[in-house]
Amino acid sequence: MKLIRKHAAAKPSGAALGKPFDRRALIKRSGLTAGGTALAASMPLSMMRRVDAQVSPEAEKGPIEKRTTICSHCSVGCSTIASVQNGVWIRQEPDFDSPINLGGYCAKGASLRAHAKSEKRIKYPMKLEGGQWRRLSWEQAIDEIGDKMLAIREESGPDAFWFSGSCKANNEASYLQAKFSAFWGTNNRDHSARICHSTTVAGVANTWGYGAMTNSYNDMHNCKSMFFIGSNAAEAHPVAMQHVLRGKENGAKIIVVDPRFTRTAAHADQYIRLRPGTDIPLIWGILWHIFENGWEDREFIQQRVYAMDEVRQEVANWTPDKVADVTGASESELYEAARTLAENRPGTIVWCMGGTQHHVGNSNTRAYSILQLALGNMGKSGGGANIFRGHDNVQGATDIGPLCNTLPAYMGFSDNAWKHWCRVWDVEFEDIRSRFDTYSPNGVHRMNVPGIPVSRVVDGIMEDAENLGQRGKLRGIFFQGLSANAIARGPEIQEALGALDLVIVSDPFPTHMVALSDRTDGVYLLPTATQFEQAGTVTASNRSIQVREKILDPLYESKTDSQITYLLAQKFGFADEMFKGIAIESGDHPVWEDVLREINRGAWTIGYSGQSPERLKLHMANKYSFDTTTLKAEGGPCDGETYGLPWPCWGTPEQKHPGTHILWDPSLPVSQGGLPFRARFGTEHEGVNLLAENSWPAESEIQDGHPPVTYGLLRSLGWHADLTPFEMATIAWVGGLTGKPSQTVAEEEIASYRTMESADLDAVAWHTDISGGIQRICLKHNVAPFGNAKARCKVWTFPDPIPVHREPIYTSRYDLVSDYPTYEDMKEVFRVPIRYESIQKDDYSGDYPLVLTTGRLVEHEGGGAETRSTAWLAELQPDMFVEIHPADANDRGLRRGDWVWIEGPEGGRIKLKILVTRRVGRGVVWTPFHFGGWFQGEDREAKYPEGTAPYSRGEAANTVTTYGYDPITQMQETKATLCQIVKAA
Amino acid sequence: MARMKFLCDADRCIECNGCVTACKNANEVPWGVNRRRVVTLNDGEPGEKSISVACMHCDDAPCAAVCPTDCFYTTTDGIVLHDKDLCIGCGYCFFACPFGVPQFPEQRAFGSRGRMDKCTFCAGGPEEPGSQAEFEKYGANLIAEGMLPACAEMCATKALLAGDGDLVAEIFHHRSTSRDGRPQTWGWATAYGAGLS
Repeated sequence: MKLIRKHAAAKPSGAALGKPFDRRALIKRSGLTAGGTALAASMPLSMMRRVDAQVSPEAEKGPIEKRTTICSHCSVGCSTIASVQNGVWIRQEPDFDSPINLGGYCAKGASLRAHAKSEKRIKYPMKLEGGQWRRLSWEQAIDEIGDKMLAIREESGPDAFWFSGSCKANNEASYLQAKFSAFWGTNNRDHSARICHSTTVAGVANTWGYGAMTNSYNDMHNCKSMFFIGSNAAEAHPVAMQHVLRGKENGAKIIVVDPRFTRTAAHADQYIRLRPGTDIPLIWGILWHIFENGWEDREFIQQRVYAMDEVRQEVANWTPDKVADVTGASESELYEAARTLAENRPGTIVWCMGGTQHHVGNSNTRAYSILQLALGNMGKSGGGANIFRGHDNVQGATDIGPLCNTLPAYMGFSDNAWKHWCRVWDVEFEDIRSRFDTYSPNGVHRMNVPGIPVSRVVDGIMEDAENLGQRGKLRGIFFQGLSANAIARGPEIQEALGALDLVIVSDPFPTHMVALSDRTDGVYLLPTATQFEQAGTVTASNRSIQVREKILDPLYESKTDSQITYLLAQKFGFADEMFKGIAIESGDHPVWEDVLREINRGAWTIGYSGQSPERLKLHMANKYSFDTTTLKAEGGPCDGETYGLPWPCWGTPEQKHPGTHILWDPSLPVSQGGLPFRARFGTEHEGVNLLAENSWPAESEIQDGHPPVTYGLLRSLGWHADLTPFEMATIAWVGGLTGKPSQTVAEEEIASYRTMESADLDAVAWHTDISGGIQRICLKHNVAPFGNAKARCKVWTFPDPIPVHREPIYTSRYDLVSDYPTYEDMKEVFRVPIRYESIQKDDYSGDYPLVLTTGRLVEHEGGGAETRSTAWLAELQPDMFVEIHPADANDRGLRRGDWVWIEGPEGGRIKLKILVTRRVGRGVVWTPFHFGGWFQGEDREAKYPEGTAPYSRGEAANTVTTYGYDPITQMQETKATLCQIVKAA
Repeated sequence: MARMKFLCDADRCIECNGCVTACKNANEVPWGVNRRRVVTLNDGEPGEKSISVACMHCDDAPCAAVCPTDCFYTTTDGIVLHDKDLCIGCGYCFFACPFGVPQFPEQRAFGSRGRMDKCTFCAGGPEEPGSQAEFEKYGANLIAEGMLPACAEMCATKALLAGDGDLVAEIFHHRSTSRDGRPQTWGWATAYGAGLS
């Protein structure tokens, strides 16, 4: 029976009847140029009606231009197309050509247009004076800030100031932030990778050489199994799930391990709940079954892994009953998981902040890596460690941006590293050195000592000066693109902010900093452009580098990160030196292509050398030609190259290395993206060989393990004769034998070096030869520049050479502390002490019986300043809340929607609503970490400059999180602490 | 004649709400009105499924059957649209709709709720296609430009499919052949009469 009584005459969907219109012609007609889906392309023509652009009022407003940018939220790297008319972003369209997202977006990516035009932006420079925000001109702002910074520097030295960079900044801006702090003369600079994946970088790089995601999202189509631990990709990396679910449809088995039954777990074949902070016993519990049943890959281990036997000894301690007691996961669950992983190879492992944010974070990431090594899953398509990074450019900002423990490209702070970068910058090493503090306890120059990490800035301000590894306390901070609510111990941060002389916030939005601080003076806000208002490159989690076009001119009075860096450099008088070789447009705008070329000339260690602006732009223009599984171009101008030239892209751009899609894959020649594990830890340890055995990349002319390639090694092989005169001269320069050579140096000028036996010359290596000659010759012979070694399971320089379980500092299982205690207190790690045992000696689990852990919501990103100021996202997820198990709620007489206080053992408390759900296990509560604007029960809207408070405000989770830091990286322990929940009056 | 349909593949939907903001973005839907939303069943428990729901553009649309002013019409492509100039905001359609689709922007005296708003399959309304009047009342007319609804075009995992019904069914069949369990085609039979067999 029909429901409809009478039918209105059927009308076509576009009421203006006209001749059916070919889509391409139609697009051309309306000024549009790209886009489309398989579905749209196959639509019958009768469905499309002509839109006559001539009569459209839109058409009268001027031509519509299409520009492409990359989403500025997470690390997946989704490309999107913006239609711009008269400088206004009028429409956002999916970029179906992108091999990374194929036109897919999450809530954040699909609302970039609203993000870009949010009315909640900082509109002009401001300063806080007597509790009131006062408008400034840019000239005044730079002048006042500069004078105050100089005064602090004058009185207390350059280390009294602390700079945050940003993992939101593009590669070029990020690199300039790092370079700027070098010219200022401090290593007190960092960005939020410290509290994101620093333990991954340290743990994984110390296992096999580099600390990045080894495969790609796309490669997950090839997995036979996927093991997610501490990753909720469905909310944190939604578009990655497109590839994950395609892999699942191809037959992959998915296992999710998490304290919460996450939205990712909802798509898994097996879900295993663990108690927060017990990752190592859980991994050892799985390995116990693997070893017990002989499922490990013996050939792989024999050829490419060092010290697996010592892992075996530790794993033997973790019998199923013990693992069940400590982690909560049963023997049968872990046996099933082990069998799934063994029977479905290659399999990948995915981990995120659930694994990294622990005081044993570096051990967690090494345990995960060891699992993959035991299964022989590394260096294979469908295998690997797919470590999903967080922010859009956290990978790039870590590779070449401001970190407190290294110069760009992970070179550390040794004199050699400094000299390398000084050569790249074309400045004198002594000049840079003279800019640093002369305070040198034990004769160690502060230039060679890591600075204060972002997680510990609060202690750099508040700790007794005699406990700090620098002249004195911090007196000023410059936060460029970092959320204060991302850092643990909120109440102490608030106190610390009050103790400073100067606080500068450079951001598109005022951030939680403004709400948190009780200061009435000495705070500056600098309106900073979003990534849509500038061009530059961004490195996705899979190491692919993409180019963002500028969509809009900076809104309001905003300036870009690089402009602000330039203006300050100018104020301090080092702009000319710092920007030598970098063109400046429109007075203060460093040209990003020039900056990238400088990065190319210096970042040899990680092969950021081959990705010239021209090559990357060519990739962007030909996105459609890349395969969506292999990321390789088939035909077209990028034929054979991997999309975005994922690093390492060895040699100079002219050498046309195709980029490395999958790290550590010896089935390909090095010149085609193949690699062995990196030789980074010497050739032997305690008499045991660390180099690979019977394994080398395809077509390698050195068919054995070998150390990193140096000029000396080339010479012993006779390959040095292939160096051009310029390359030879550059090696002589780097070796200290001569000055900087000219491009046209003649053979006779350098002939003597070719026959010279010099230790200085021999020591010049693949990563310090800035001519790229050594890498060129390596590629010619298909030899990995960094050597060919085994991955190591044992990091003998770390406090726990083989990862061992240690209970969280604040643990709910205090009975386990005697068997699995934390570390003894440490006196100085990155200039600050770390307390461990002195906190864990007290049992808080009686008064604070619930385990508190934190995580992501799909609608928000990071500290949420941007997404909570975007109306469409704020509407979807307006309130801060806590998830609590029905039993725990009932025990406290709480019902869904009640207002409660979460109280932490260090005195922080937050007021929020509860969500009663079985998503969390009994005894564990979870909150998102994106909220801000409230502090301990108070909505601090009034503290924001007028019209800039985000639509959605709430308590910051980190107001209630506690002390706890990784001994290697100073990662904060925000994924496992304690709390109590009480009903709010 | 093609027949436009939506299908949300619940095995792929991850509740990322990309479809919701894509809709807001394309149509400039005001705060408080949601033409599309994602519903999660068994939230937080084994068996959790999410489904993106908007107007399904039913074959025999119940909303049209109950409308006292007969403001609904079905285009030749099978898209169910309505004329806001005829709508009196009575809300009957809301009670008739099996998907809870109709949205009402206001609460006024005597139960008037303002003119009903709902998903148009990004096909605008009875005004001149591409005109300002059409955009202000109904949102974008992407269909007239040869594009498909923004929600489906932008779906993160390609869970939400929109387009010619036969093609949508074919894509879904292709996917479900490699999966275990019952196909998750929630809403399809209600809207279009027959299952996806």
